[in-house]
Amino acid sequence: MTSPNANGATPKMETRGLTIRYGAKVAVKSVSMSLPERQVTALIGPSGCGKSTFLRALNRMNELIPGAGSDGEILLDGRSIYESHLDAVELRRRVGMVFQKSNPFPKSIFENVAYGLKVGGMTDRKAVAERVEGSLRGAALWDEVKDRMSESALALSGGQQQRLCIARALAVEPEVVLMDEPASALDPIATAKIEDLIHELKLRYTIVIVTHNMQQAARVSDQTAFFYMGDLIEIGSTEQIFTNPKEERTEDYVTGKFG
Amino acid sequence: MSVSARKLVGRGLTGLTGAAAFLVVAMLVVILWDVVAGGASRISWKFLTAAPTEGMTGGGIFPAIYGTAVMTLLMTVAVLPVGVVTAVYLHEYAPPRSRMAEAVRVAVTNLAGVPSIVFGLFGLGFFIQFVGRGMDRLFSQPGVLRYGQPALIWASLTLAILTLPVVIVATEEALRSVPRDLRDASLALGATKSQTLVRVVLPGALPGILTGAILAVARGAGEVAPILFTGVAYFLPDLPNSLFSQFMHLGYHVYVLATQSPDVEATRPLLYATVLVLLVLTFALNAVAIVIRTRTRRKAEGVY
Repeated sequence: MTSPNANGATPKMETRGLTIRYGAKVAVKSVSMSLPERQVTALIGPSGCGKSTFLRALNRMNELIPGAGSDGEILLDGRSIYESHLDAVELRRRVGMVFQKSNPFPKSIFENVAYGLKVGGMTDRKAVAERVEGSLRGAALWDEVKDRMSESALALSGGQQQRLCIARALAVEPEVVLMDEPASALDPIATAKIEDLIHELKLRYTIVIVTHNMQQAARVSDQTAFFYMGDLIEIGSTEQIFTNPKEERTEDYVTGKFG
Repeated sequence: MSVSARKLVGRGLTGLTGAAAFLVVAMLVVILWDVVAGGASRISWKFLTAAPTEGMTGGGIFPAIYGTAVMTLLMTVAVLPVGVVTAVYLHEYAPPRSRMAEAVRVAVTNLAGVPSIVFGLFGLGFFIQFVGRGMDRLFSQPGVLRYGQPALIWASLTLAILTLPVVIVATEEALRSVPRDLRDASLALGATKSQTLVRVVLPGALPGILTGAILAVARGAGEVAPILFTGVAYFLPDLPNSLFSQFMHLGYHVYVLATQSPDVEATRPLLYATVLVLLVLTFALNAVAIVIRTRTRRKAEGVY
């Protein structure tokens, strides 16, 4: 395995020997990785390789699956996320998540974005409205929805719904944004918009993205990690992984020989 | 088998199954036609708003409508919170493969299979003899039976237990229908489990819960056996004035009119009309349940 620190930037999050099990099945095997601050890390690999499981472990969403268990350490700003200063609720406010399938609540556009603020106890209406607008601008959706904030979010197109989910995640001002194949269900134009958005977002957020799309990983990420059968096979700068991989299996995968 | 024989068997089966289906519809039509033909002419504003007179051979059925409505309302108020909270425990909080939850589910299934007359006896034994008499011993003058006798509240609570399985099963089904995606989205935004329940899961399940409530009401409003020993009266000149009064009931009134009348010929039109009112009430409640369910489905598909 190559150095976990691919390019020397400060790690925002780190895992050390992270192993994740579902019952007796080991989904992720002793993975050590560092996620540099304000960079995009892409996780690639064939289906079932453990990349989504790894992603969901970073904000403890995998714990919701019955039978899930883990060993090893996950650090956020150098401190374990399992330490008592941080419960799962607080962790998820700092490490937000965008899912593969857009999943807006059956509520208005405004209520969707305001949801995280309201459950977080923000009651000042003006502050909520400002934050909602800011988040929608941040997700490049404001101009399309500003006149229909009270309409159902389910009336938006698929691409708009996914950007709404990104806006909703940004509204709680996380430090890290996890994206689980955020564009896999979208058409090429909507996908391009999401990718442009990721370029914008990395100025402020640390981003981890799971993708099946090699070109997408090459376009959006600074660092790429290749998973296979639960192992982290190789991690390095995106350029290196795609042009000069050290491992044969990585080369086979990124050049399309399997997967 | 020759071609013609195969065709003959095919036609025969089509005819047989079609006839069976037709029979079901035909029976419903005959019942409805009979009830409407016999009762419609007797329905009037006076019939719906007056008390029975002349030894139940004249007047109306207002006390029975009123008693049925109040009893059903009380039953709903009692059964909904208990049923919904139980279902929330079973589906949201009980650990997976919990023995406790399994035991509750088995109990609920068995509760649904208990004959309704047994609920009546249970209500008599538990609510009246045990709870009511106990309250009398604590709060009433010695020798006075104020609480320990058949009453509106005891009949309503007995029916609440009878309809509990309907509410629990419908609510659990409704909770199951709230997509996992939405729960995950809520939790990923830093909502706690209880916030997710109150803000996402219960609103999503509400139409299904309401459907269950209406089905429970439709079931409870028509049951007679459980209230025989627990509160219903043969005839009362006055409307019930407290939770501890006895009351008249449409279903029981049908039974009384059919079996206890001094003049069968004079009572018959009243009987038909009472049955018609009871049927219309039950059908209307079921129709509301169907409308709510259809809307839920449409909403789930994102059509507004």
